[in-house]
Amino acid sequence: MYDIAVLGGGPAGLSAAVNARARNKTVVVISNDWRENALFRAAHVPNYPGLPDVSGQELLERLHLHAEKMGTEFITKRLISALHMGASWGLSAEDTLVEARTLILASGIIRSGKFAGESELLGRGVSYCATCDGMLYRQKRVVVYGETDAAEREANYLKEIGCVVVYLSRRTGSGALKDTIPFIQMKHLEIHGGSKVEYVLIDGQKVLCDGVFLLRASVSPMDLIEDLALQDSHIKVDRSMATNLPGVYAAGDCTGKPYQIAKAAGEGQVAALAAVAWLDQQV
Amino acid sequence: MENETVKHLTGADFESFLTEKKVALVDFWASWCGPCRMVGPVIEQLAEEYAGRANVGKVNVDEQNALAAQFGVMSIPTVVVFENGKEVDRLVGARSIGDYKAVIDARL
Repeated sequence: MYDIAVLGGGPAGLSAAVNARARNKTVVVISNDWRENALFRAAHVPNYPGLPDVSGQELLERLHLHAEKMGTEFITKRLISALHMGASWGLSAEDTLVEARTLILASGIIRSGKFAGESELLGRGVSYCATCDGMLYRQKRVVVYGETDAAEREANYLKEIGCVVVYLSRRTGSGALKDTIPFIQMKHLEIHGGSKVEYVLIDGQKVLCDGVFLLRASVSPMDLIEDLALQDSHIKVDRSMATNLPGVYAAGDCTGKPYQIAKAAGEGQVAALAAVAWLDQQV
Repeated sequence: MENETVKHLTGADFESFLTEKKVALVDFWASWCGPCRMVGPVIEQLAEEYAGRANVGKVNVDEQNALAAQFGVMSIPTVVVFENGKEVDRLVGARSIGDYKAVIDARL
């Protein structure tokens, strides 16, 4: 059981981790590989105070090392489920399960445009978790949509356990995908079926299948956490970065504009201190 | 997470389990599935709270392929609620205990 689980490994999440560790709380950060953060690709960060013209990569690396040095634990997996369990939160990051007393949501902006048919057929052929549901599709035809290297490895796993796999992405392949799996670079996906998935349209081309695994880079906390209040499509917070749910805080771009690193780091700190104060009140 | 009160069902005892009481709730799960393990203690709690009033059981889809296929389980955890042996409700994905109670209470 951790005191604090931070969902997201950008500047807001890492700043929250550093500050919570400074108050001796146990902290786990659940995120993608930090090298997949959008900031990693920013050549110049012109306005972070005190570090003129630092690169996004260097800033992230320093933040990450700082959090690590402070004793933060990291789980580099995709969060797929969050469940309030009374006195704590259960979090399932692929096959890893953790429990935490408080949450700090620092997911950044996740563009979660859904595919046509996705919501209607969820649980009836559409799945977000290859490790959970793969076994139910052995010897069956599955289409895997992915955005990361990790997704390509999950497609490999499905192939290994006996699924007939086609892999789709909007990106070019990273090379992680087995060369026995057909790769289709696509723009538009529609999922069709009645009581269950029957076929997909990939840029208009029909492909029959039994299952569709949608392995996006990350799932928005807004889709994972029931009853989380929003405002203007961001997570609603007060001055202490508290959301409407007890013990749940948010920081960084997911709380609203400006989408700036210094603002994210500052909010991460405020959220961490608020979470620490909340934890101390509970005992 | 191994359970004590929840009955682990197989093809052999499934039918009688469904009709023993008016309402039955069955959790289709597997050990490799994180969200299933998260829901495990919730199902356990349901079994304790509804003991004598409704049947609460689990099906390991890894060991009971046929049952999973029979009920068209395509994503786990899937919780199916039965009334007089017939499926009346189905919740896919890890849900809060309140959601499960609501679907049982609606049928009791």
